[in-house]
Amino acid sequence: MTDLAWLDAAISGARPQAMAALLRYFRDLDRAEEAFQEASLKALKAWPQNGPPRDPTAWLIMVGRNVAIDAIRREKKSEALPEDDAAFSDLDDAESALVDRLDDAHYRDDILRLLFTCCHPDLPSTQQIALALRVVSGLTVGEIANAFLVSEAAMEQRITRAKRRIAEAGIAFETPGPVERSERLGTVAAMIYLLFNEGYSASGGEVQVRKPLCEEAIRLARLLLRLFPAEPEILGFTALLLLQHARSEARLDADGAIVLLEDQDRGLWNRAMIAEGEALIEKAMRHRRPGAYQLQAAIAALHCTAPSYEETDWVQIDFLYAGLEQAQPSPVVTLNRAVAISKVQGPEAALATIEPLAPKLSGYFHFFGLKGALLAQLGRVADAREAYDRAIALAHTAQEAAHIRLHLDRLAQDAGRGKTWRSKVP
Amino acid sequence: MKYAIFCYHAENAVCSWSKEQDDAVMAKLKTVQEARAKAGKLGPVARLMPTTAATTVRKDGEPVMVLDGPFAETKEQLLGFYLIDADSLEDALEFARALSEANPGGAHEVRPVGFFVDWREAQ
Repeated sequence: MTDLAWLDAAISGARPQAMAALLRYFRDLDRAEEAFQEASLKALKAWPQNGPPRDPTAWLIMVGRNVAIDAIRREKKSEALPEDDAAFSDLDDAESALVDRLDDAHYRDDILRLLFTCCHPDLPSTQQIALALRVVSGLTVGEIANAFLVSEAAMEQRITRAKRRIAEAGIAFETPGPVERSERLGTVAAMIYLLFNEGYSASGGEVQVRKPLCEEAIRLARLLLRLFPAEPEILGFTALLLLQHARSEARLDADGAIVLLEDQDRGLWNRAMIAEGEALIEKAMRHRRPGAYQLQAAIAALHCTAPSYEETDWVQIDFLYAGLEQAQPSPVVTLNRAVAISKVQGPEAALATIEPLAPKLSGYFHFFGLKGALLAQLGRVADAREAYDRAIALAHTAQEAAHIRLHLDRLAQDAGRGKTWRSKVP
Repeated sequence: MKYAIFCYHAENAVCSWSKEQDDAVMAKLKTVQEARAKAGKLGPVARLMPTTAATTVRKDGEPVMVLDGPFAETKEQLLGFYLIDADSLEDALEFARALSEANPGGAHEVRPVGFFVDWREAQ
């Protein structure tokens, strides 16, 4: 491993905070980005010679700020410099002074603003994510294009368009009040979750290029949590990402096909990530202010800590899903709860739970997959086959369809065996 | 004499290491640890979970307060530590609270341990 790789990690670790501060100074995304870029180049030259500074973030902010001020000065040659800028010309002295001014409360709003800027409601979600990856995480346009499976030119255009829209709309620079801050936090978490799901939903050959999206989402979630350590939903959110990502090695087989939870090799799960997720959800629950992220994380934690699929605490999972139905009512949540109900009360009760969802989920693969499985358990072979056929017709990937075909084959075998068996019983 | 050695580093940089980078650091450290463990002069080694997993019990007066997040004051110094087994966070906090109550003041940060080896037992 080269020294460069370590410098890169130090720079990208400092990036969100440094970018956030530069955005506050210059109120312009492009200007802040150029400033950070220049500072990073200078760091790559200076740090190997003089050793890395004690506080890389403050160094990058300082140098970035100076570079940008020089650029502005060149652009407006005739205008005199404001007085206080002179103080920033001597780097060594200014560094410690700046660190003092980087108090937590201040930079917390800076970073939140930077992230929130990327979540502008006028931007479609794909543009929000792309912009956050570019501006906050510092991925290159090529890397982002690769992850989204589009050409670099198309991604470049998408990001430029997103930036223009934000510049037109204007960035909110006033310090947010408590209500606003909490709203921004929710918006930002939702964007990070979208980013995570972009990576998580990958399958087949896409996995290698898209897995870093999950890791980046976790990094941003941790960043958010460091800023808001006592927000139970942010604790739950970070826990949820960790607990989902912990299973990623077991989610796909050698051919890139999705392996269902019940069939996964639990030895492949990342125990360190699970332990951290559990620690965070335990902290969150002490607040007794449950929310959708915490409930989902608690459900994920029960799955992650169960010794096997059969030994999962379905009673507790059913209970948590009931809470989630209240916090975030959706037919998909009820569908997931039905799996727990089938384990606790049996397939009949589960079928009764999902039947009312039929009009809303008539185009949903998983609805017919579960319906088929429940009908099969009840021995209603013809009905099960019909549901499975619908599922196949709605499958998005070849793997999904193949999985259902496996069930259809099993159904045919069982039906064959069932006949001989039944004929012996009077 | 027994010595305690505490490790400090910028967390945002460490959290930005790739898995390969992290593994490489841990492997190099393990080599250093093994050499000392062979001489029978190394006790437990622990890597703590990130500060986001920390809870701090603080006594500024009565009652003792429990706060999310790591210990953050710079006007107090690290004076000691405990390594405990706990059934739950609540269990660990209960102990930290008892310690705080027995102390005239100060703070106890409760942080889950991620990686742990007791070299005395391992040898």
